Amino acid sequence: MHNEWLYIGVFLIVAGFIPVAALVLAWILGPKKPNPIKQSTYECGIETVGESWVQFKAQYYVFALVFLIFDVEAVFLFPWAVALDKLPLFVVVEGIIFIGILVAGLIYVWRKGSLAWV
Amino acid sequence: MNFWKDPINVAADWLKNVFTGWGLTDPYATALVYLLGAFTMVALVMLLDVFLVWIERKVVARFQDRVGPNRVGPFGLIQPFADIIKLLIKEDITPAGADKVVYNLAPVLSLASVLLLWAILPLSALVYGVDLNVAVLYLVAAGALGTLAVIMAGWSSNNKYALLGAFRTVAQMISFEIPMVVALLIPTILSGSMSLKTVVERQDIWYVILAPLGFIIFLISAIAELGRAPFDLNEAESEIVAGFHIEYSGMKFGLFYAGELLHAFTFGGFMAVLFFGGYRFFGLEQIHPLVAVFILMIKALLGYWVIMWIKYTVPRIRIDHMLAFNWKFLTPMAFALLVVTAVMHKLLSGTQPWVYALGMFLSNVVLLLAALEILRTSARNQRRQEEAALSAIAQTSSH
Repeated sequence: MHNEWLYIGVFLIVAGFIPVAALVLAWILGPKKPNPIKQSTYECGIETVGESWVQFKAQYYVFALVFLIFDVEAVFLFPWAVALDKLPLFVVVEGIIFIGILVAGLIYVWRKGSLAWV
Repeated sequence: MNFWKDPINVAADWLKNVFTGWGLTDPYATALVYLLGAFTMVALVMLLDVFLVWIERKVVARFQDRVGPNRVGPFGLIQPFADIIKLLIKEDITPAGADKVVYNLAPVLSLASVLLLWAILPLSALVYGVDLNVAVLYLVAAGALGTLAVIMAGWSSNNKYALLGAFRTVAQMISFEIPMVVALLIPTILSGSMSLKTVVERQDIWYVILAPLGFIIFLISAIAELGRAPFDLNEAESEIVAGFHIEYSGMKFGLFYAGELLHAFTFGGFMAVLFFGGYRFFGLEQIHPLVAVFILMIKALLGYWVIMWIKYTVPRIRIDHMLAFNWKFLTPMAFALLVVTAVMHKLLSGTQPWVYALGMFLSNVVLLLAALEILRTSARNQRRQEEAALSAIAQTSSH
């Protein structure tokens, strides 16, 4: 049981090592002649005005909230789905009611007009 | 257990004995065997990735009525290696003002998140990395890491195009993960397990027959998760030039590219495992474990081909249309499918297998037809409203 996660951990290290090795190799082999023009930010016609790390209006703020609710819901639904064969019909219906409550929330957000790109 | 029947595990046991013979205690010997196994797996996957570049270029060439790479080596097979050498000897440019740590970490994470998925992909009954009992959740989690890499790249590049690409990725990720999770619940319900190996073993009837709609939802949300056309808004070259990887060049760009191709192929593999019987093919898999691996690879390649087919055929979708499609059509349909599957599975359990399969298949078809009918009706109503408004304007202006 713990060995499984040991393998995942080892795999994580190896999976990180290969791309890093490729980058290091490229860094050793490639020429290094930086100049200000080469390192300037890519632009298309006119140069970028101001810095790039600006505050912005999150159009999908409500989407993010709905996403959070549904993603947490998924964690509850996976055990329900795994044990579905052993559960009595009553518990299955209860799971469906749980889904129904959340879908009702989705419909509420929808009717409020929040699922529109503004 | 002999070497011919099960080469991988016999080799692993032999190696472990060798390491124990050197005086290593058990946890260290196991870890060392795992390290060698993981390294072999990753190396083979990277070799596969190199050939995926060739496959992708050949296939896109055929779709566009071209020949594709055909000069370097037979059929252009050496072309990707030439590309790698070119990428390696290019100058490593970091734009001024970029957040250097995050900027350099993003391509590594992009490829690593894909490689991580290969730890749980069951290649055959005996050849697999690890059979996690929460593999389905692991699949979602590792997939989200790839999205994080895109956001990191977009944010750290200090470029507004890249930033726009990252914003779009956030919108895409928070939308399409919901149908994907729900689509993953379908094989979980049908097999009663979250372990991918058990899912394959219990697929006497392919789940694509029991849940065709689940497969369609999984395919669409997988393409969105991959960020491939028609959902490649994070790199939409006609609007934001190259999106999140605009400031990347040389090997760093190469890692993003390799990661994207491998991600698509890997999802082909997971589609095969979850819906197309994985390494099983009418008993052929029992000949030899490597035959089973071959079967899975063929299925994964077919899945990859379907993803490429969609990419090179369908035009890019606008972002508000994409979000509306997800939240107002795909997500409700996915939840309806979940409820229908749960109820039908409960009602039909204990019946004949063919009754069960037929019931599942028909319920899916009925649900799809109903969903399309609702979509058609609502679109028609909307169009009528718009036409009525237009004709009202036309009447007032004629007076």
